[in-house]
Amino acid sequence: MIALSAAPLDVDTLVRAVRSDAHGAVVTFLGTTRERSPGDPRPVVALEYEAYESMAVAVMEEIAAETRERFGPLGIAMVHRTGRVSLGEPSVAVVVAAPHRGRAFEACRYAIDALKSRVAVWKREIYRDGDAAWIENTPS
Amino acid sequence: MQVQVLAFARLREILGFGARRLDLPEGTTLDALWAGLTRDAADLAPFRASTRFARNGALADGTVALRDGDEVALLPPVGGG
Repeated sequence: MIALSAAPLDVDTLVRAVRSDAHGAVVTFLGTTRERSPGDPRPVVALEYEAYESMAVAVMEEIAAETRERFGPLGIAMVHRTGRVSLGEPSVAVVVAAPHRGRAFEACRYAIDALKSRVAVWKREIYRDGDAAWIENTPS
Repeated sequence: MQVQVLAFARLREILGFGARRLDLPEGTTLDALWAGLTRDAADLAPFRASTRFARNGALADGTVALRDGDEVALLPPVGGG
């Protein structure tokens, strides 16, 4: 399952979507909304995401295919939120099922790093004082 | 020719639109389109180095000439996750 979602992410659904009896390990990465941004004293109350949807989904599909090429047969789900995500909620989920845990951890790490550097999604931090700022990812 | 221009995040705010259909001379390049946009929105100019172009969903160089019906996206550095 590769998608953007305007609704809250449901991890159980993603785990069910990727797991099969060939798999002995499922690794789930959740990126969640953090209250403090490095170097900024203002508390964050929410993040707002926007996406170039067609390109974002196409590149996520590409990353899933690359991940399988590198790490072998895997179940992969990648879902990214759009719209407003409140403090503490997940904004992105990457779930990888593999025969063994080593490969599941490595593949999950590869997929989330690639997503953060390449997928056409943008984020704005909303601060408690009502101010907001666009936040760009630093190269991993 | 007609081209659909999409702008995201900070670039959308500077331009004041997320999507707009523009009438351009045949053969206009992405660089020329950008130059035209900066004439109307001077605040856009400093963002050229950090902006990437996509044409019909694929990253494209500024020298690429556009065709009628193309969809162009102006992409600031991404911030997913």
